[in-house]
Amino acid sequence: MARIIVVTSGKGGVGKTTTSAAISMGLAKKGHKTVVIDFDVGLRNLDLIMGCERRVVYDIINVINEEASLNQALIKDKNCNLLSILPASQTRNKDALTQEGVGKILEELSKEFKYIVCDSPAGIEQGAHLAMYFADDAFIVTNPEVSSVRDSDRILGLLSSKSQRAEKNEEPIKEYLILTRYAPERVKSGEMLSLDDVQDILSLDLLGVIPESKSVLTASNSGNPVILDEKSDAGQAYGDIVARYLGETRPHRFIEGKKGLFRKLFGGG
Amino acid sequence: MSLLDYFRTSKTSSASLAKERLQILVAYERSSTNQPPYLPQLQQELLIVIQKYVNVNCDAMTIKLEQNDNQETLELNIVLPDFRRV
Ligand SMILES: Nc1ncnc2c1ncn2[C@@H]1O[C@H](COP(=O)(O)OP(=O)(O)OP(=O)(O)O)[C@@H](O)[C@H]1O
Ligand SMILES: [Mg+2]
Repeated sequence: MARIIVVTSGKGGVGKTTTSAAISMGLAKKGHKTVVIDFDVGLRNLDLIMGCERRVVYDIINVINEEASLNQALIKDKNCNLLSILPASQTRNKDALTQEGVGKILEELSKEFKYIVCDSPAGIEQGAHLAMYFADDAFIVTNPEVSSVRDSDRILGLLSSKSQRAEKNEEPIKEYLILTRYAPERVKSGEMLSLDDVQDILSLDLLGVIPESKSVLTASNSGNPVILDEKSDAGQAYGDIVARYLGETRPHRFIEGKKGLFRKLFGGG
Repeated sequence: MSLLDYFRTSKTSSASLAKERLQILVAYERSSTNQPPYLPQLQQELLIVIQKYVNVNCDAMTIKLEQNDNQETLELNIVLPDFRRV
């Protein structure tokens, strides 16, 4: 049986697509057959982050409308042959996604893949709803910032009321926190909410903290998920997250930040 | 507390203000999103009925729907005015 993961946040631009690309690549690199689906119909971007934008022929809406088969629409990743990408449509709107259509696609993919990663669009409309509806696990991507934390809390409410598991009274979706764009220095100076502050409000299982990092932009410039940049802090942080999700215990990193000479001399941190 | 911290945390930080605001807001939103959509209307109509008999303020009434494992209770709280018999 496949495990369906939704990467969601409510708020836009917090790092859902960056995260979806990284963890799907990470899972595949660990030997698990994985597919990542872009639910952002009308504003697809996952193809760019994965570097397969020029190979998109059919998309998820074509599959739902039976204009193409699932196998025709799936794109094999250039870096890892255990990873496939199902792109979103760029020309239709979000209402072209139907619950029945998405359900069928996920059912078919479940036969072949171990992990199905759903990159949710921002908001709480149809696209976001369907990305989370069939999920087993939810990765809540949050920035240490008031509106992002508030929206995450809202999403948690929807996960526990508007999902298939909730409606069928099954075991609830397992919810994990990914705190991203974290800047330890700004946390220390009291400008940014800390991990503890965020956890006091959301109290979720922490998968990991991703630091604010230049490597994310470099990765998206070249169309390679940042997790492949093993020297980068963000790449390593995503690597930890995948390992933890698969059951390894790894100490949390990137929460404290580096110690400068000044701080080494005078203590603190 | 290190020497560096001493210079750093002199005033209330903006992050702690953010946290405080969030805690209040999230607590409020959690309690109100779990409520059925008809609740405000119900409250409005109940108030009109009650006002026929007693002179109460609109903010004198709170209404709350609570769910326990096996039952739902509608809790209605009305503060009556401090009236004296003449
Ligand atoms: N850890 C990070 N460090 C620096 N920049 C980041 C980090 N994570 C994401 N970003 C940047 O933030 C922007 C938004 O990221 P991304 O597209 O992944 O967000 P999203 O949640 O998918 O957005 P949308 O809601 O529009 O789908 C991008 O420019 C990305 O490069
Ligand atoms: Mg996105």
